[in-house]
Amino acid sequence: MRSLEYHGVKTIFGYPGGTIMPVYDALYDWNEKINHILVRHEQGAIHAAQGFARVSGEVGVCLVTSGPGATNGITGIADAMMDSTPVIMIAGQVGSQFLGSDAFQEVDLVGITQPISKWSYQIRRAEDVAWAVARAYYIAKSGRPGPVVLDFAKNAQIQKADYEPMKLDFIRSYVSVPETDPDSIHKAADLINQAKRPLVLVGQGVELGGAQQELRTFLETAQMPAASTLLGLSVMPSDYPLNKGMLGMHGNLGPNINTNKCDVLISVGMRFDDRVTSNLATYAKQAKVIHFDIDPAEINKNIDVDVAVLGDCKQTLAQVTKLLKKNHHQEWIDSFKQYEKMENEKVIEPELHPSSKIMTMGEVVHAVSEATHHKAVLVTDVGQNQMIGAHYFKFSEQRSIVTSGGLGTMGFGLPAAIGASFARPDSVVCALVGDGGLQMTIQELGTVMEQKVPIKIILLNNNFLGNVRQWQDMFFGHRYSFTNMMNPDYEKIAEGYGIPSKRVLTREELKVAIDEMLATDGPYLLEACVEEEENVLPMIPPGASVDQMLLEFKKD
Amino acid sequence: MNMEKILYTIIVHSENFAGMLNQVTAVFTRQQLNIESLNVSASSIKGVHKYTITAWSDEPTIKKVVKQIAKKIDVIQAHYFTDVDIYSHEVALYKVSTPVFTAKPEASAVMRKYNAKIVEVNSVFSIVEKDGSSEDVISLYDELKALNAVLQFVRSGRVAITTDCFERVNEFLEFREARHRESLAKLEN
Repeated sequence: MRSLEYHGVKTIFGYPGGTIMPVYDALYDWNEKINHILVRHEQGAIHAAQGFARVSGEVGVCLVTSGPGATNGITGIADAMMDSTPVIMIAGQVGSQFLGSDAFQEVDLVGITQPISKWSYQIRRAEDVAWAVARAYYIAKSGRPGPVVLDFAKNAQIQKADYEPMKLDFIRSYVSVPETDPDSIHKAADLINQAKRPLVLVGQGVELGGAQQELRTFLETAQMPAASTLLGLSVMPSDYPLNKGMLGMHGNLGPNINTNKCDVLISVGMRFDDRVTSNLATYAKQAKVIHFDIDPAEINKNIDVDVAVLGDCKQTLAQVTKLLKKNHHQEWIDSFKQYEKMENEKVIEPELHPSSKIMTMGEVVHAVSEATHHKAVLVTDVGQNQMIGAHYFKFSEQRSIVTSGGLGTMGFGLPAAIGASFARPDSVVCALVGDGGLQMTIQELGTVMEQKVPIKIILLNNNFLGNVRQWQDMFFGHRYSFTNMMNPDYEKIAEGYGIPSKRVLTREELKVAIDEMLATDGPYLLEACVEEEENVLPMIPPGASVDQMLLEFKKD
Repeated sequence: MNMEKILYTIIVHSENFAGMLNQVTAVFTRQQLNIESLNVSASSIKGVHKYTITAWSDEPTIKKVVKQIAKKIDVIQAHYFTDVDIYSHEVALYKVSTPVFTAKPEASAVMRKYNAKIVEVNSVFSIVEKDGSSEDVISLYDELKALNAVLQFVRSGRVAITTDCFERVNEFLEFREARHRESLAKLEN
């Protein structure tokens, strides 16, 4: 406890159980200093810690018991690893005398989590606690952040040890931020200075490095258009003139097509994920590629780059900017307009002003974004709700998108929103979920109820596992195999948890309900019954190139 | 892109923590590479373990493997080498049938040719020991096999030493410690 407090932990998400009882017993006396949030399932605890970490930039902490408690947290550990989220999961473990004996609620947690965590360690002696916690903090937060698992044997929880506060910022085998080769700075600047059609790809790394301002100066000096990944959506404000939208499978038309037209492709803090690049064989082959990253293992992992700028992008961006000539690429920047126009006509307009009476997902999200003046934190689940959220929600605040990108964890939305709300109690936190994902972690409504977490849950209910249904529609001959779902009465469920709610079927009701939701002090569930078989567009079909986006899909 | 596969030797130095071997081998599994041989032992640096691993691969894949291994928190350094960059050695033991061995006059010639040692003899079997390059060890096996004499055969993993003039791990650790001292000194001022 003292170790945690020393590292500034004020909020912990957790769930007690046999082998973590000594820690919980200590927590009983630390109630005033450390706020423990009792979740309803350990997966909820880890996702809440992730949500907390993502919007605050601090380490999110969760506390669970051994065996099933720990394994329930594993999805979140893998998720945090993929999305570089600094979290620590402290899990109970059977006493060291029982290790390896298949004792009750024993599981080889270190063995399970080593491949999916930044660091995983078993604490077997009380005297190692301060060291392990200090190390866990440093590893989770420094360099490219990631999840750390502390597997805390019960005997070590009970034993007494002299506590000496310990702060750790050096591990000889671990280079958190690699050295920047000055040559790479010059080479990058030269390439950019010569570029006629530069395109900058912005990832979450910019947000993690706190380099938003450095990025803007970098972009503005040479007047370069930029596009972001899903996780990088809130790095630049949505209405920032050089922000040309989102990359990838469900990204915007302009940046995807222009990826294959640019002459210099500059990626900053992003990892060329397959959802961004689609077919690698045809990805930006015409361009010279510059890659800014803090993780050497990302360089040349998916695509071969011409210049790798290793280091912290807060420094490296500034160093390159110093060498940049003032430039303008007006014609190039203007080339995005035609695609914006096409996308607007074919996709956005019909989505926001549909001819049918039934609401589209886009208009619901758009209305919520407008009503919150684009200042809310958006936490999404995974699937169509996520992609529609990415398109129609607008961002103006830093660290205001929380979504499961790499792992694509359904059920992430609700608990992550709880965590985000604890990190930013003054912000409106919107949890945008589908009917599938909500039901995966719906038990966390109990946490919302107990803690009166003021999150605004927007449920886009289409009675389908929408994203899979869309693929079945487009690529599996319209064969809807197990994607149609019978849904419960969500208003009754919300009522059971004492959460105000409204089900809306029309756009007139929608406006009223959004106003009511935002005027409500505390949580609210808004269920929007939307078009059942809407397909999210534009889309790069699997296996296609980034410049082969579909703007429409005609049903047979 | 069909690249030629060659036998790479990967040398890893890590802290001596439980579970490190798992972490190192898991990287090979994920990249769908078979480990050809593996040797782990204490290194010349106190508390540091040295892994010598061989695997058939192409260069882009082996580069990724080495980066992923080096990324592990408690791995100090990981590098890959081809046979020209290292001096390598291995040991093999051959259990041979004594009656077959004594019945075949070629056996003695083979032993002399390979400069192999006989370390145990009884009426049933003898044990032959051979150290040297992988090629010699295998070639001796082939010849003994041709004599129909081999009862058991075992090879150690490859151990290797780099023929570079720089001791990268020592230099890296000294550099890291110096950096750390610098930053501590800065904090104090």
